[in-house]
Amino acid sequence: MPENKNKTQISRLDHKLIVDFVDLNSKVLDLGCGDGTLLSLLIDRKNCHGTGIEIDEKAIYKCVANGLTVSHGDIDSGLMDFSNKRFDYVILNESLQQVLNPRRVILEALRVGKKVIVGIPNFCHSRARFQLFFMGRVPVTKELPYQWYDTPNLRFLSLKDFRCFCRENGITILKEIGIMGMKKVFFWPNLFSNVGIYLLEK
Amino acid sequence: MTEQNIDYFETQYITFCEPPDELVLKSGEKLGPITLAYETYGKLNKDKSNAIMIYHALSGDAHAAGYHKGTKKPGWWINMIGPGKAFDTDKYFVICSNILGSCMGTTGPSSINPKTNQPYGLSFPVVTIEDMVAAQKYLLDHLGIKKLLCGAGGSMGGSQALRWAVEYPDYIHSVISIATNTRHSAQQIALQEVARQAIMSDPDWQEGNYYGKSIPARGLALARMIGHITYMSETSMEEKFGRKLISKERLGYDFSTDFEVESYLKYRGDSFVQRFDANSYLYISKALDYFDLAEDGKLKDAFAPAKAHFLIVSFSSDWLYPSHQSKSMVKALKANDLDVSDIEISSTYGHDAFLVGVEGLSEIIRHFLTRMSKTYAHARK
Repeated sequence: MPENKNKTQISRLDHKLIVDFVDLNSKVLDLGCGDGTLLSLLIDRKNCHGTGIEIDEKAIYKCVANGLTVSHGDIDSGLMDFSNKRFDYVILNESLQQVLNPRRVILEALRVGKKVIVGIPNFCHSRARFQLFFMGRVPVTKELPYQWYDTPNLRFLSLKDFRCFCRENGITILKEIGIMGMKKVFFWPNLFSNVGIYLLEK
Repeated sequence: MTEQNIDYFETQYITFCEPPDELVLKSGEKLGPITLAYETYGKLNKDKSNAIMIYHALSGDAHAAGYHKGTKKPGWWINMIGPGKAFDTDKYFVICSNILGSCMGTTGPSSINPKTNQPYGLSFPVVTIEDMVAAQKYLLDHLGIKKLLCGAGGSMGGSQALRWAVEYPDYIHSVISIATNTRHSAQQIALQEVARQAIMSDPDWQEGNYYGKSIPARGLALARMIGHITYMSETSMEEKFGRKLISKERLGYDFSTDFEVESYLKYRGDSFVQRFDANSYLYISKALDYFDLAEDGKLKDAFAPAKAHFLIVSFSSDWLYPSHQSKSMVKALKANDLDVSDIEISSTYGHDAFLVGVEGLSEIIRHFLTRMSKTYAHARK
């Protein structure tokens, strides 16, 4: 990759961390790739070979307009088409909490990918805990803006829950980074991060 | 549209496979000479890297874009092919050839058999998608093009595109397959058979030996009417016709035409008879039914020779070639580690959606071709 290429700043910290996790020239599958922003970044910065899976038809048009390879479908059924270890990385950023069967999806992702990157919203960060404890309300925050009746999220978990899940399923956590907004959280990440980014292997 | 900005095109012809070098068909029979009708749009660039072949569907012809001088009938895919359109003829050299077995200028059952100086009729050998594709390869060689940037088609055109990908993997960089599948299902075969029976039970059909006499017009019109029902969706029919009556205020309580949809189908059937040969319909529909990319094996193995990049498009309301058939194709392509993008476009137009110029379809093809131009340039470096 030519280094002098004029590159815009990566505006999201989760995207920046994921780009940092990924090696140059990798084959990447992004599950729930949306309009392809992250995939485009990975192609641009890390010269990756990228494929996306996305359920929203309008987002597919944007992906194709951005020159991406993308498949129209849901994450729950979209993985079994691929052969073992076909990808260097499978990414599930902000999508795991919306799938029907997260356990199967993660295990399938670890089958088709050598490594898996997961980004999850932390439902137990301090602000959420405050609302729950003092206000007696199910948390609605900037990062978790949905009311109980219109949320796309099917799963509510914390960083700690995810660590337990990995341990119970024999998944190795290679890296865990908690983030709050645009900052990394080093102290009590399960309390102070709103998002956790994981690099996994099995 | 003013006279000066209309693009006029002419159908061109090539003849090949003169005896004794006839084309050996999939059935084992030989056919030759073969004349192929084709049209081209746009300019072939210097390194011949911008060629796109368009494959037409059952009743199509080589006249895919623009106009012929002296006629008002536009090409069948004029909303997709032309300057600034999805298949942008300012950038790409677009070729469309008529299929083998047709009656629109290419050798078919209504052509004169040079051995007998009579029309072939049913003595014309049964042709397959494989044979149509083999004939198109002759055309590509004739044009001096080493490799297509893209091969694209809808419905039966999509079958040809898929066949190209596995038959000539080194001659095709990318494939766009729209509203198609890799084999006809029992339902599709059944619908085709009803259409064939409609033709063959017309007393004028005469075992296919009707040339120069009265043609099996009723049978062919009926076949077309059945076809048109399968090309539309329940919604598109409801929107277009509903229960509207045709030139009457109330029901006739007889068997004359009451509803607009009846009149539409009759019109479509009758106008089809003016331009299409009944025997060609039989041969082409049979070729569709015989098409099976996997040939009873695994679809994954069938795609093993393919190297192309794929774009697979289906439409939500298409019940003739439903989306799940495209999905299983995508599955098999992915299992071969091929580069494949796919989309199910929401549309109420049914199978016809690929012809009517659904907005999303143009957009997706335009962007896919831009990427293919880049990857092809990169591959040639």
